[in-house]
Amino acid sequence: MSVLKKLFATAAITAAMFVAPASAQDMKIALVVKSLGNGFFDAAHKGAQNAAEEIGGIEVIYTGPTSATAEGQIDIVNSLIAQQVDAIAISANDPDALVPALKKAMDRGITVISWDSGVAPEGRQVHLNPSDTDLIGETIIKLAADYLPEGGDVAILSASSTATNQNAWIAAAEKVLPEKFPNINLVATVYGDDDAVKSTNEAKGLIASYPDLEAIIAPTTVGVVAAAQVVTDENLIGKINVTGLALPSEFKQFIDNGASQAVALWNPIDLGYSAIHIAHALVTGEAKAEPGATISIGKVGEITLDDTNSAAMAAPFKFDKSNIEEFSKIY
Amino acid sequence: MTATDLATNRHVPDRLDKPLTSALLSWEMLLVLVAVAIFIVNSLASPYFLNAWSLSDLTFNFVEKGLIALAMALLIISGEIDLSVAAIIALASTFMGMALQAGADTPVLVLIGLSVGLACGAFNGFLVTRLGLPSIVVTIGTMSLFRGIAYIILGDKAYRGYPSSFAFFGQGYVGWVISFEIVLFAVMAAVFWLLLHRTSFGRTVFVIGNNPVAAAFSGVRVERVKFILFCLTGLMAGVASILLTSRLGSTRPSIAFGYELEVVTMVVLGGVAILGGSGSIIGVVLAALIMGLVTFGLGLLNVPGIVMSIFTGLLLIIVIALPILWRRFREARSG
Repeated sequence: MSVLKKLFATAAITAAMFVAPASAQDMKIALVVKSLGNGFFDAAHKGAQNAAEEIGGIEVIYTGPTSATAEGQIDIVNSLIAQQVDAIAISANDPDALVPALKKAMDRGITVISWDSGVAPEGRQVHLNPSDTDLIGETIIKLAADYLPEGGDVAILSASSTATNQNAWIAAAEKVLPEKFPNINLVATVYGDDDAVKSTNEAKGLIASYPDLEAIIAPTTVGVVAAAQVVTDENLIGKINVTGLALPSEFKQFIDNGASQAVALWNPIDLGYSAIHIAHALVTGEAKAEPGATISIGKVGEITLDDTNSAAMAAPFKFDKSNIEEFSKIY
Repeated sequence: MTATDLATNRHVPDRLDKPLTSALLSWEMLLVLVAVAIFIVNSLASPYFLNAWSLSDLTFNFVEKGLIALAMALLIISGEIDLSVAAIIALASTFMGMALQAGADTPVLVLIGLSVGLACGAFNGFLVTRLGLPSIVVTIGTMSLFRGIAYIILGDKAYRGYPSSFAFFGQGYVGWVISFEIVLFAVMAAVFWLLLHRTSFGRTVFVIGNNPVAAAFSGVRVERVKFILFCLTGLMAGVASILLTSRLGSTRPSIAFGYELEVVTMVVLGGVAILGGSGSIIGVVLAALIMGLVTFGLGLLNVPGIVMSIFTGLLLIIVIALPILWRRFREARSG
């Protein structure tokens, strides 16, 4: 132990005299994700690199724990603080547990933003949501309406009846229906509980109960696959269009076979891209993190911060025959 | 039979088969060399490593697990194991959160954290020693039980809003860059070193681990000692729970998930025989430090965490396999 203690003491003394080398180097922005080895986040990394190249003079540090835990992310935040990065952009595993570590980062002059999965307001300067409830609600109806110029009957196949997200989106969808889509008739909302078997049965039930059904909207990645499979199996391709929120890699076959015209989901590439733009703007002082401020996010557009300094990036990104091939390889 | 009789007049060998490590002076010396080597490599590999604040931040990633490893070392030396320690952290943290909700202040929170840890440890100890169940089975069961209770109480919610005086335990500094956590770890390491290596209680732990039947016939109250060790491990999990909850500033039922394996890794890497009977506190402290140095060093280089898992996995296999292979090699030569 004594050898080590001496070493520690020596190190501490050296450190006291040690002045961090003045770096005229690149701005270092860390993109911290929930866990590594996840296609969604790898795609965000790709977008982050695009943004870094576009802006220039930025080094993106892509990192995350092996398993999606808050403790793992805290260890990573500590090592990023030690590296004196300029900014941390994090998709958090826990909105509260990371607050002390991120506060410490901000105390040491590091810009902190959260994206995708947020941190409580006191632990970050800005939070970027992939989208917001109203935009999602409108998008899922529009996805069906775009292919029903004459209007018609549609039904929603949701996750569980208690799912907070889905319920909020459906409420938003119901709100825009009479204003923007008067000839679309929502005949039923059923719940497949994000279970493949139950979703399949509910989809079959919808088809049997509503013979004039033209589209099934499933704002859940499990439900949308189940519904598309039912439409394929029952030879209803061309009669019933399945749409909703879907992972391109899981859903590609149903765009290919025509069971679906188009689906949507947040675009992780744009998320990573926007996160870097926001972090860069805050570090350089081009933008301020205060309610009402607008921040440019490059080719994606711009965001406006609300009362809690959070903002929505854009409406869910649409996947159809033209781009499903490309995105199915990403996530 | 007094303490001095046991400690000085009789020599109880740590284990009968001398491991390969005896050839390299001692396991502890080897660990010191490894730690120094990693320290030097880190300093050369990253310009940010040799900095007082970096070295201070580094300690946070092993102290909580290290505290449990100190008690776990005694438990494993006695031939038992407790895999429920991470779940105890979760349950203790949940109860502290409930007390907070009810308006409890810092001293009460600390008391609750320690009591819940102790109670969980006593429950494990009761099942193992009174009902005679194997500890690995019991604690795999209580691992699910304790965390399950935390999930039932909390669900997908969280307790937050711990008072700032409570934040001191996991985030506070005693002076300059010296955190409260590292001071506590140093003190507890000294306490456990004294307990294991300088008291008759410590010798009985070794005796039980080497041969519980002989120990019982020698008048050692085997079950009682084991029960105390389970309580002690639970209590240290309670301490770790206080530190971690304070450091996170919040409680979720998933807190400290997977810590039990890292704690056992520290203990085994520290040279404690997994089947009991031998080991030292200095080894465990060094192993905790090495794991902290490696994790932080790789973090500074932004090496993915999976590399760390591979590193510790290989290290563990080597540590466990080498003494066995060495013994076979010797037997083959002599036989």
